[in-house]
Amino acid sequence: MTTSLLIVQILNGLQLGVLLFLVAAGLTLVFGVMDFINLAHGVQYMLGAYLAVTFVGLTGSFVLGLALALAAALLIGLALEFVVFRHLYERDHLDQVLATFGLILLLNQGVKIVWGAAPLSVPIPAFLSGAVVLADGILYPVYRFALIGAGLGVGLLLWFIVERTRTGMLLRAGASNAAMVSALGVDIRRLFMVVFAFGTMLAGFAGAMAAPILSVEPGMGDTILILAFVVIVVGGIGSIRGAFVGELIVGLVDTLGRSFMNDLLRLFMSAPSARATGAALSSMLIYLVMAVVLFLRPEGLMPAKGRT
Amino acid sequence: MSATPAGSLADPAPRRARLTVAVALFGLLAVLPLAVQFGLPSHWLTLATRAMIFAIAALSLDLILGVGGLVSFGHAAFIGIGAYGAGILIAEGQGEALIALPLAIAACALFAAVTGAVSLRTKGVAFIMITLAFGQMAYFLAQALSAYGGDDGLTLQQRSTLAGWDVFADRTHFFYIVLATLAGCHFLIRAIVASRFGRVLRAARENPVRVAVTGYDVDRVRLIAYVISGMIAGVSGFLLANQTEFVSPAFMSWQRSGELIFMVVLGGVGTLHGAIIGAFAFLVAEDVLSGWTEHWKAIFGPLIVLFVLMTRGGIDGLLRRLGGRGDD
Repeated sequence: MTTSLLIVQILNGLQLGVLLFLVAAGLTLVFGVMDFINLAHGVQYMLGAYLAVTFVGLTGSFVLGLALALAAALLIGLALEFVVFRHLYERDHLDQVLATFGLILLLNQGVKIVWGAAPLSVPIPAFLSGAVVLADGILYPVYRFALIGAGLGVGLLLWFIVERTRTGMLLRAGASNAAMVSALGVDIRRLFMVVFAFGTMLAGFAGAMAAPILSVEPGMGDTILILAFVVIVVGGIGSIRGAFVGELIVGLVDTLGRSFMNDLLRLFMSAPSARATGAALSSMLIYLVMAVVLFLRPEGLMPAKGRT
Repeated sequence: MSATPAGSLADPAPRRARLTVAVALFGLLAVLPLAVQFGLPSHWLTLATRAMIFAIAALSLDLILGVGGLVSFGHAAFIGIGAYGAGILIAEGQGEALIALPLAIAACALFAAVTGAVSLRTKGVAFIMITLAFGQMAYFLAQALSAYGGDDGLTLQQRSTLAGWDVFADRTHFFYIVLATLAGCHFLIRAIVASRFGRVLRAARENPVRVAVTGYDVDRVRLIAYVISGMIAGVSGFLLANQTEFVSPAFMSWQRSGELIFMVVLGGVGTLHGAIIGAFAFLVAEDVLSGWTEHWKAIFGPLIVLFVLMTRGGIDGLLRRLGGRGDD
C-alpha cells in the first residue's frame, strides 16, 4: 500500500516538476540571454490555459485547440514584447520588476473581465483518457503520463536546440556576452525576439497542457511563477540544465512532503499536533530546501558557464 | 543598480530641503483631525491613518532598497509578522502593546536575520527571487496556522492597549499615535542614513568591492540594515492589525510586497520622504479607483507600466525637474 502510494506520488511530483520546467526554462533563458527579469512570465502561462479553454471549446478538438492556443499565446507575447518589454531591456532590474508587476495586475484582472472569476476547465481529450494499470491496484491516468512525456520531450528538444544548432550556439554566446555577439554582426534584437517568443511558447504550452488537470483561474500564474523562481535559484540562474535539476527537486520535495510529512511526524508526535505541524512544515519545505542549497552553494547547483 | 536619483542624501542642501518637505508633511497631517472637526468626511482620517501605516513600511523598505540598493521583494512578510504578533497575542489574552509590540518586533528581527543571512549570499536578480520566495514561505506558514484562522484570517476581539490605557480604540488618538510613530521612524532612519553606518551602506551600494577592501564587512552592514528594516516594517504591521482589527495571510501576499516597492519608486527611491509621498499617492489612487470600478487593478497596472516607462526618479525627481533645479 505505501509503496504504491509512493509510486503514485513520485509520478505526481514528476508531473508538477515538468510543468515547472517548461515555465522555468523560458524564464531562465530570457534572463540568461537578455538579462531581463520578467515577472509577467507567469501570466503568460495563465493565458495559455485560458486560451486553451476557449479554443478547445470552439473547435471541439484538443489538438487543434492546443495549436491555436499556442499561436494566440505567441501573438500576445510578441505584442507585449513590442509595446512594453522592448523598452525595458536597457533598464535596471528594479524597473523591469515594477513594469512587469504592473502587467500582472492588468492581465490577472483582464482574464477576470473576459472569462469571469470562476474557475474553468478543459475536458481531458478522449484519446488520452483512461488510466494505466501500473501494478495490482495502482492506476495512473494516461493524460498525466502524456503530460510528463510531453514535458520530457520538450526538454530534450530544448537541449538539442541549445547544444546542437546554430541558433543555440548564438544563444549560449549571447548569454555569456551579448555585447560581443552584437559586435560580431549578429542582429541581437532579432535574437532577443526569438528567445522571447520561445520562452512565451513554452509558458503557454505549459499552461495549455495543465488546463485539463488544474483549475483554470485568475492568479494561477503567480503561484507557478514563484515556484519557477525557486527552481531557477536552486538550479542556477540562466542554466537550462540547472532548471531541469531544480524542477526535479522542487516537484518531488513538494509533492512527497505534502503527502508523507504527516505520517513521518506521527512517528514521534500525537496525531493532532502532527497534522498541524505537518501542514505548516510541508508548505515551507521547498523554501527550506532552497535556503539550504543557497547556504551551501550561493550560485545554485549548476550555475551557467561563463556568467559573471 | 542605478535606480537612485541624483542629489543623494549625502549632499547637505537637498537633505535640508527634504527635511523641510517631511516636516511640512507631518505638520499638515497633524491638523487633519481638525479639518474633520470642521466637516471633512471622516473617511479621510481613516484613509490617512492607513496611508501613514503603509508609509512606515515603505520607509523601512527605502532603507534597504533605496539606500542599500537591495531590491527586497518579500517585505510584506514583515508587515504580516507584526500583524500576526498583535493578533495572536490578543487572541491569547495579551492586549498590552508594551509587551506585544516588542515581541512582534523581535519575531521580525529573527525572521529578518535568518532569511537575510541566506538571501544576502546572492546578488541582483537572485536576491529579488529569494526574498520573494521567503515572503511566500511566510505567507504559506500563516495559511497553515489553523489555530489562528488559517486562510480565513483572524478577527481581533479588541485593540491593543498602551500601559492599560484604551488609547488605540479612539480614532483620533490612534491617528496621532500612528503619526508620531511615522515621524519617529522617519527621523530614526534619517539618523541611520546620516551616520557612519549609513555612509558605509550607501557606499556599498555604489561599489561593494571598494568598501570591502577599505576594511568593512559589507555583508554584515547589509544584514544589519535588513534586520532594522524588517523590525520597522513589523511596527507598521502591528499598527495595521490594530486599525483593521483583523489579520490574514493576504497581509503578506507577494502582491503587497510589489505594491510596497511601487510606493517607494513612485515617491523617489532613496529619498525617505518620497516613500511617505508614494504611500499616500498609492493609497489615495487605490481608494479613488476602487470606488470607481471593481476592476481598478486593470487601470492601476497600466499606470504602473506607464510610470516606469515614462519617468525617472519618481514624484520627487519630477518635482525637482519641474522646479528647474535639474538633476545633473
